[in-house]
Amino acid sequence: MTAVSVTRPRRSRVLTTVMALYLLYTLVPLVWLVINATKTQDALFSSSGLSFGGPFALFDNIGQTFTYDNGIFLRWLGNTLLYVGVGAGGATVLATAAGYGMAKYRFPGRKAVFAVVLGAVAVPGTALAVPTFLMFSKLGLTNTPLAIIIPSLISPFGLYLIWVYATEAIPDELMEAARIDGAGELRIFFTVTLRQLVPGVVTVALFTMVSTWNNYFLPLIMLSEPKWYPLTVGLNQWSAQASGAGARPVFNLVLTGSLLTIIPLVVAFLLLQRFWQSGLSAGSVKQ
Amino acid sequence: MSRIRTRAKAFGAVALAALLAVGCSSGSSSGPAGATGTQDSVDAALKAGGEITYWSWTPSAKDQVAAFQKEFPNVKVNYVNAGTNKDEYTKLQNAIKAGSGAPDVAQVEYYALPQFALTDSLADLGQFGFQAFEKDYSASTWAQVKNNNGLYGLPQDSGPMALFYNKEVFDKNAIAVPKTWEEYVAAAKKLHAADPTKYITSDTGDPGFALSMIWQAGGHPFTADGRNVKINLADAGSKKWTALWNQLVEGKQLAPVKEWSDDWFRALGDGTIATLVTGAWMPGNFKSSVPGGAGKWAVAPMPTYDGQPVTAENGGSTQSVLKQSKNPALAAAFVRWLNHGNGVKPFIESGGFPATTADLSSPAFVDEAVPYFGGQKVNQVLTQASKDVAKGWTYLPYQTYANSVFTDTVGQAYLNGTSLDAGLAAWQRALVDYGNQQGFTVTAG
Repeated sequence: MTAVSVTRPRRSRVLTTVMALYLLYTLVPLVWLVINATKTQDALFSSSGLSFGGPFALFDNIGQTFTYDNGIFLRWLGNTLLYVGVGAGGATVLATAAGYGMAKYRFPGRKAVFAVVLGAVAVPGTALAVPTFLMFSKLGLTNTPLAIIIPSLISPFGLYLIWVYATEAIPDELMEAARIDGAGELRIFFTVTLRQLVPGVVTVALFTMVSTWNNYFLPLIMLSEPKWYPLTVGLNQWSAQASGAGARPVFNLVLTGSLLTIIPLVVAFLLLQRFWQSGLSAGSVKQ
Repeated sequence: MSRIRTRAKAFGAVALAALLAVGCSSGSSSGPAGATGTQDSVDAALKAGGEITYWSWTPSAKDQVAAFQKEFPNVKVNYVNAGTNKDEYTKLQNAIKAGSGAPDVAQVEYYALPQFALTDSLADLGQFGFQAFEKDYSASTWAQVKNNNGLYGLPQDSGPMALFYNKEVFDKNAIAVPKTWEEYVAAAKKLHAADPTKYITSDTGDPGFALSMIWQAGGHPFTADGRNVKINLADAGSKKWTALWNQLVEGKQLAPVKEWSDDWFRALGDGTIATLVTGAWMPGNFKSSVPGGAGKWAVAPMPTYDGQPVTAENGGSTQSVLKQSKNPALAAAFVRWLNHGNGVKPFIESGGFPATTADLSSPAFVDEAVPYFGGQKVNQVLTQASKDVAKGWTYLPYQTYANSVFTDTVGQAYLNGTSLDAGLAAWQRALVDYGNQQGFTVTAG
C-alpha cells in the first residue's frame, strides 16, 4: 500500500543513486581544494591528495596569498570586483532595459533585432576575443580596464532571458491600467513592472556575474600588465611559474587563491538563490 | 622643459644613426655575416637615457632590472611579467598584428624565435655591431639566435642536456649509470620489475623533449628557407629516437605523471621517478622545488646511441628587440647589458645556466661543488655537454603552434601506449596543412 501524491512522489532507487554519484563527482574537486589549501608546499608534495597531512597551514597560506609578490592578489581581487561590478552590473541593466523594451513595445525592425540577438547568443565570446582585441588596439584601449568592461557589458543571452521573462511575467493589462492612471512609460517601468521583473533580473545578474568572474580568455588576450589582471589570469600566472627553467612553484598559494576566489561566488548564489529559483519556474504553469 | 627637448634631440640623432645603420645593412645584407654596424649608437642611446618596456618571466628579471637602473639611473625600464612562454607569445603576436602594444625588449625561447624573426617582428641586432659577440657564446646557442643571416637576440640561458639520476634508487636496485640508450632501456625494465612503484622517468608527451631527443639522434625534421618549409618527422634521426622511446612508451615503462605538476615534484623527491634527461638549467629547480631529493641526485652525461658523447639543447631563452620599439638602440643597450654585461651575474646566481663561454669556462663556475648533489661538481658534466651539442638544428617557423597541437597528435601515442611513429606522422600532417593555410609552401618528406 503505497500512497503516491504530488508532495510524496514515488522514489526511484536508480535516480537516487545516479544523483548521489553526480553529487559526489561535483563535490570531490571542491573537497580536494579545501583539503589541499590547508597544506604547506612541502606537505603537498609528500602527502596524499585526499587526506590532510603536514602542519595545518590554511591561515598561513591565506596570509601568504595576500602578501606574495607585493600583495598583488589583493589588487587582482579588486580588479575582478571592478570588472564584475561595472561589467556584469552594466550588462544586467542594459539587458533588462532592452529585453523589457523588446517584449513590451512594438516598433519597426523588431524582428531583425530578434534575429541578431538570437544569432549573438550562438557566438561564444572566446571566438570574438581576437577580433575585439584588434579593434580595441586601434582605439588604444588594450591593457586598460575598459578593454574588459566594455565587452562584458554585452549579454545577448541575458537580454533574451529578460525578453522571454517579461513577455510572460508582465500582463499587458497591468501596463494599460497604469497608462490610464496617467503614468508615463518610464514611471511604469520603475514603479510597476521592474518589481515583476526582479526574479528575471537576479537570474541575469547571476549569469553575467559568474561569466565575468570566471572570464579568462578575454583578459588573457587584452591585458599584458599583471596590475590589471583579474583573479583568473593572475592565478594562472602563479600556476605557470611552476614550469620550465628557474621554476618557482607556489602550488599552495594557487590552491588557497583558488579557494578564496570561489567564495564570493558561493556567497552570491546562496544569497540570491531565493530569487533565482522563483524566476526559473515562471511561465511553466498557467495561473 | 629645455632639458627634455635636448634629450629629444639626442634621441633624434640616435634614431637617425640607427636608421642609417639599418639602411646600410639592408643594402649589404648579402654577406654571410649579415648586417654589421658599430656599437656607437647603442652607447649614445645609453648615455641619452630614456624609457623602455621589458617583458620577461625569468625569475631573475626583477633583480636584473633593478641592477640595471642602478647602473644607468637615466634609463627607466618598465618590467612586465606578461605571462609564461606561450601566453607571452600570444600577446606578442597580437600586439604585432595590431601594430602597437609590443614591448621594446622581450624574452623569447629559442624554439619560438624563428617565428618572430620570419614575420619581421624583431630588430636585427647586427645593425648595432652585435655580430662581434659570436665568440663569446657557446656555438649551439649562437646558432639559435641567428636566423636567415640576421641576429635576433643575445643568448641568455642554455640547456645542453644531461642525465640526472637518483643515486639512492640506482644503488638500492644495483643499477649502473647507463652510458648508452640500450643500457637505459634495460635499466628502466630492471627497475620497474624490481619495484613496480618506480619508473626510470616520466614523459606524458612534451614537444620540447621529443624534439630535443630527435635532435640528439641526429634528426633534422624541419628545414626552412624563407617561406619554403620541409617537414620530415620520419627521417633517420626521428626513427632512431622512436625505435628507442617506443620501447618505453609501448612497454608502459614511463611514470604516468604530468611534468611540472605537484605530483611530478613529489615523484622526483620520493624516488618514484629515477632519472630525468633534461636541460642544464635543472639543478636550480632541484634545489628550490625538490628539497626531499637533496643528497640523492647526481648528474651524468646524456646516454647516447653509440657511446660517443653527443647531446642536444633543451629549452633556453634569448632577449630580443622588437621592431615596434621606438628606441631600438636603447633597447639593444639593455639586451647587451643583460646577456653580455653585468646582467649575466645575477642570472647565474639565481640558478640559471649561462650561454657565455667566459662563464662556462671559469673555474669558479665549473669546479663548484654543489651540496644538493652530494658535493658533485655538476657543472663539469654540464659545461662539457654544452660543447657536445649536435650541430645544424632548426625549428619550424611556426613552432609555437606546432607545440600546441602535439598533445592532439603524438600525445595520443603516449596516452594509449602505441607507436610514436604514427603519432609523429599525424603531427606532420597537421603541420603541413597548417603551414600551407598560413601561406608557407610546405612539403612533406
